[in-house]
Amino acid sequence: MTNEGFGAPVRRKEDRRFLLGKGNYVDDMVLPHQTYAVFVRSMYAHAKIARIDSAAAKAVPGVVAVFTGEDIAADGLGGLPCGWLIKNKDGSNMAEPAHPALAQGKVRHVGDPVAMVIATSKAAARAAAGLVDISYDVLPAIGLLADAIKPGAPVVHDEAPNNLSYDWHIGDEAATEAAFKKAAHIVELDLTNNRLAPNAIEPRAAIGDYNAASDHYTLYTTSQNPHVIRLLMGAFTLHVPEHKIRVVAPDVGGGFGSKIFHYAEELLVTWGSRKVGLPVKWTSDRSEAFMSDAHGRDHISHARLALDASGKFLALRVHTLANLGAYLSTFGSSVPTYLYATLLSGPYDLPAIYAEVKAAFTNTVPVDAYRGAGRPEAAYLLERLVDKAARQLGIDRIEIRRKNFIRTDQFPYQTAVALQYDIGDYHATLDLALEQNDRAGYDKRKAASAARGKLRGFGISTYIEACGIAPSAIAGALGARAGLYEAANVRVNPTGSVTVFTGTHSHGQGHETTFAQIVAEKLGMPVDNVDVVHGDTDRILFGMGTYGSRSAAVGGSALMKALDKIIDKGKKIAAHLLEASPGDIEFKDGTYRVAGTDRVKAFGEIAFTAYVPHNYPIETLEPGLEESAYYDPKNFTFPGGCHLVEVEVDPDTGVVDVVDVSIADDVGTIINPMIVDGQAHGGLAQGIGQALYEEVRYDGEGQLTNGSYMDYCMPRAADLPSFKVGNHVTACTHNPIGVKGVGECGAIGVPPAVINAVIDALTPLGVTDISMPATPEKVWRAIQAAKAAQAATKGA
Amino acid sequence: MATITLKVNRQAHTLECASTTLLVEALREHLRLTGTHVGCDTSQCGACTVHVNGKSVKSCTMLVAEADGAEITTIEGLAQGGELHPMQAAFREHHGLQCGFCTPGMIMSATDLCKRSPDPSEHEVRHWLEGNLCRCTGYHNIVKAVRAGAAGMRGGK
Repeated sequence: MTNEGFGAPVRRKEDRRFLLGKGNYVDDMVLPHQTYAVFVRSMYAHAKIARIDSAAAKAVPGVVAVFTGEDIAADGLGGLPCGWLIKNKDGSNMAEPAHPALAQGKVRHVGDPVAMVIATSKAAARAAAGLVDISYDVLPAIGLLADAIKPGAPVVHDEAPNNLSYDWHIGDEAATEAAFKKAAHIVELDLTNNRLAPNAIEPRAAIGDYNAASDHYTLYTTSQNPHVIRLLMGAFTLHVPEHKIRVVAPDVGGGFGSKIFHYAEELLVTWGSRKVGLPVKWTSDRSEAFMSDAHGRDHISHARLALDASGKFLALRVHTLANLGAYLSTFGSSVPTYLYATLLSGPYDLPAIYAEVKAAFTNTVPVDAYRGAGRPEAAYLLERLVDKAARQLGIDRIEIRRKNFIRTDQFPYQTAVALQYDIGDYHATLDLALEQNDRAGYDKRKAASAARGKLRGFGISTYIEACGIAPSAIAGALGARAGLYEAANVRVNPTGSVTVFTGTHSHGQGHETTFAQIVAEKLGMPVDNVDVVHGDTDRILFGMGTYGSRSAAVGGSALMKALDKIIDKGKKIAAHLLEASPGDIEFKDGTYRVAGTDRVKAFGEIAFTAYVPHNYPIETLEPGLEESAYYDPKNFTFPGGCHLVEVEVDPDTGVVDVVDVSIADDVGTIINPMIVDGQAHGGLAQGIGQALYEEVRYDGEGQLTNGSYMDYCMPRAADLPSFKVGNHVTACTHNPIGVKGVGECGAIGVPPAVINAVIDALTPLGVTDISMPATPEKVWRAIQAAKAAQAATKGA
Repeated sequence: MATITLKVNRQAHTLECASTTLLVEALREHLRLTGTHVGCDTSQCGACTVHVNGKSVKSCTMLVAEADGAEITTIEGLAQGGELHPMQAAFREHHGLQCGFCTPGMIMSATDLCKRSPDPSEHEVRHWLEGNLCRCTGYHNIVKAVRAGAAGMRGGK
């Protein structure tokens, strides 16, 4: 048998259906007698609803119902909950205003849903939606984060009169201040982390299907975590016992975090199906996605780094203002706190850190986890600051990082911000990245660029992230309102093939292949003998889903545990058949053997015996071969690495071309290198998108000004180079695979490397700062401003 | 209502549909060919790309009435006799797809490119695909796959 276990670049099992156009995405599904929902959304950022008149809409032929906030209030639908409680500095709870599924008298962002129209055709629903007559009393709004905390700012929620959900901190302020007092150098930087739209190419969609005969609800939805949606609907929003709810997330066309959250639309079509007695389907269009999918990032920060005379880091102090949007989304509160500030030590030995985070409500779409979620914000801040320190102190950018890296003999390393890193080798990933980049040949490349009239710049970022979310007890102590373990079930079929049921969800990550490889590794069978089932709460025991690069580290570990149970039970059966003691049976490459003998039984024979137990230890062992396991991780995992970028800047136009991307990541044990590299590629594109192209823009009144692909700049094939991707593996010390997680590395590591490269290219012109996205206009203006400043200096 | 006659994947169809029906709606909703996807509402993403009389077209930009009498090929019509088309095979071999949502449009666009330019350079592939958005792959493996698919098509495989 060819090796299809760990390390094999097995071609994906899921590809065939996608390549043939036979995927089954939610919008591809048609239920008998299905109706169509269209949402009427607020065009204002902040307004009181004076009156809603649905009469004309209801008169449109084909319209089945029009529902508003009053209808859901009358039925007692709960508000969309937030899954993470953050405490203020004084120990009090965060402000947690209600997040109704349909507006209750007030709208708080453009796109806030006000009414749901259900009709027998999409065209009728659309036509009727345009006829729902809503009178608004428009209120002053907060469109920009910085305005939220200005004196006299409009108030988004009465429960948060200062517009803050929380004012939180982490770290030792006294130790940090003491370190600053003895510092030889202090480096300061103001930064913004630009607001992004996740933009999975499949728009969200949902079909609710209520069965009156059984009083059961089925929801088909574009979700990364169907069990979480079922749990939240059961406990908080629909108020129906979980055993009466089935949530199915079939093929899902990308998520990047945006499909984690419990959204109003999926609740409303499920409830609406009961109200109208027919299945109700909703499919978002792209413009709607821009104003209803949770956005990512959106921080304003001030950072100060204290160093000794030699360039060794002494302390870091950070103040961040984070945008939560108009409402707390499912995990919105955790992103700028425990997924961000806990990462501020980066890969560095940084003895003292203190971070304050104020999280503000604004009249914008809710902000929540987007690929990286907090960790890109931390890496960007730290890596920009370290580069500035190198320039200010006159130390080489690579050397200052080497000087401050946590050494391999310092692991496990306790950071000043709560995390304990188990393992890593930051020098090794830096060395590998430099080798791939051909650092020695840089001067020649720079000269060649100059000969073409281009300014070449080199940028570096050495980053770390925390994945494998999460040890439940730790997460719970920090405010998480859920456990974060994962579940797996392994069903060995009588003829020896295997079906795996996993609580994680694949929406591009290739779990149907990698999870089959875990079985191949453990049981020594080809991946073709393994089916992996995910995304259906009626078929899968339980699960918390896929986000935070957790699937292999947590879900894969659960699968390993279940497979161990299978192997152990098989040993007992083999011992019986081979007339030996179970302790003398070993299992390797799909074969049970009495140790040191040639007495063997193949795994398939054991499976068959388990289901046809004619000769079987039936008094002590149940028939059948099926095992489940739950796995709660012992710690987070800590992937990290080095991303190097070279750019060419056209000084006449400000256009930045990314001409080389050389990265070396340490994502732990690699199950499928082809898939791991693919995850890195995708993350890099999103990271380069953040650095150069993407930004959701609101005006001061809260109008979304670039809510379409005409206006929001998505990275295209011609905007990006091919990537040089390498891996240096240090295996995670506390999970059975040694895997750390790869889904987010690219998006975390590369944005600061791009911006550091742009600044490096422009340093000769006197440019010292540029913010993301570094658009041609921004770069051109920075060049002009620097030239003007230099001319003024000369003139004076 | 309009009566439209067209050939889709070598099979003749006569459709009765509203005159405002887009080609993509006719394919997905009338013919249940759901391999052609819709990812945006401004003709930017290219997930709906099909061939109309042999040329790649975003099927959201065209009324089905405009396709009256045309020959359409969708992703479902590319593979023959259960064998993947060389471009489909190359996407699998080079991991040119992740979530699969943009993939049909990518492949329909790429096969048109390779008919026009049988051995496209990386630069050519990247610029040809500017009308097709992918959020998963960073395009790296798509570019590799298209060039390998081109070789496969040249080989008649």
